[in-house]
Amino acid sequence: MELRVHDLAVARGGITVLEGLSFSLGAGAALVLRGPNGVGKTTLLRTLAGLQPAVAGRLSLEPEEMAYAAHADGIKAVLTVEENLRFWAAVSGQGAVEAALGAMNLADLRHRRAAHLSAGQKRRLGLARLLVTGRKLWLLDEPTVSLDAASVVLFGQVVRQHLAAGGAALMASHVDLGIGEAAVLDLAPYRATRSAVQAGGFDEAFV
Amino acid sequence: MLALLTRDLRLAMRAGGGFGLGLAFFLLVAVLVPLGVGPEGAVLAKIAPGILWVGALLACLLSLDRLFALDFEDGSLDLLATAPIPLEGVVAVKSLAHWLVTGVPLVLVAPVLGVLLNLPVAGYGWLVVSLALGTPALSVIGAFGAALVVGVKRGGLLLSLLVLPLYVPTLIFGAEVVKRGAGGLAVGTPLALLAGITLAAAALLPFASAAALRVNLR
Repeated sequence: MELRVHDLAVARGGITVLEGLSFSLGAGAALVLRGPNGVGKTTLLRTLAGLQPAVAGRLSLEPEEMAYAAHADGIKAVLTVEENLRFWAAVSGQGAVEAALGAMNLADLRHRRAAHLSAGQKRRLGLARLLVTGRKLWLLDEPTVSLDAASVVLFGQVVRQHLAAGGAALMASHVDLGIGEAAVLDLAPYRATRSAVQAGGFDEAFV
Repeated sequence: MLALLTRDLRLAMRAGGGFGLGLAFFLLVAVLVPLGVGPEGAVLAKIAPGILWVGALLACLLSLDRLFALDFEDGSLDLLATAPIPLEGVVAVKSLAHWLVTGVPLVLVAPVLGVLLNLPVAGYGWLVVSLALGTPALSVIGAFGAALVVGVKRGGLLLSLLVLPLYVPTLIFGAEVVKRGAGGLAVGTPLALLAGITLAAAALLPFASAAALRVNLR
């Protein structure tokens, strides 16, 4: 498994934000995306995850290999922690719910309704979801937002285990994620110069 | 797929899930119409099929804007779109869940409300049959409308305007089945057309809904 991105251009709201982006990410490697607000970190992750089409360029991996974790964790407030996680495990066809609960220190909260979780606990549940997807490449958007110091360490351990098992992680973040071995990619040099409206599709002609 | 169905049903049953919203609305319509129209049995018997079908249709419409909007707001829709199950399947399962939560209770309670509206005895069976055949179309067509307006703040009004014209054929043939059944006439033609609409909508619209969702998730 290796993600190779060649000459990629991505657009948000019909305006190209990044272009000429090429990088590769092999098994066992982690890459942190940096760059100022609005540079296109989230847009890049959503494009890789297959939620929106790329304006130009080539990808070597199908979106089916990737697990995307967005700002929103996709948690249902009226379900318990365990029910939320079991749902995502069933959707992915995986079963390692107990291991995921343990890895993100959620075992004591398993019967708690998600509505009663703190922001950091919700984020931990969102990250535990990654473990039950069984996908190789994790696309993480600001994964450590609202996590306390101990949970950031926990997150680092989970990512390292994933890398050691032949996975890979692509993370967008402004803060130190506590994963020292991760390479850093600054997106600012790839900012699109001609931010003209794309004539790519009819829906974008109205933007 | 099954996990998604059980999750949606569970969400509907828990507090604030919206189960019973359509049912309560249907009940109100059927109780209030006789009070407004007056107690003449002949008049009520004449309008009963139409009122019951309009009530069922509006009750379905009431809960539609939550169908994808809730999943969109908490990010589940993004995650479902990237999950291993096809988005067409997600739409079909969510429509089915909507029908089980909204349509099936309406079908079951409709004969009771038929009493309030003085529906002729011969019409009860056809009322249940026509609603059972027609309400799946309401859920599937409604899911298409909900997919079109997902991400639009206060999309409920737009959703109603988009979906109501698409509901008209189902309403016409559904009410016609009950009207003819109550009058002792042959119901074959409207019943076949009603079933045809439902089957066509269930076969084709999930693809259109999934395409609309993909555009809206960009």
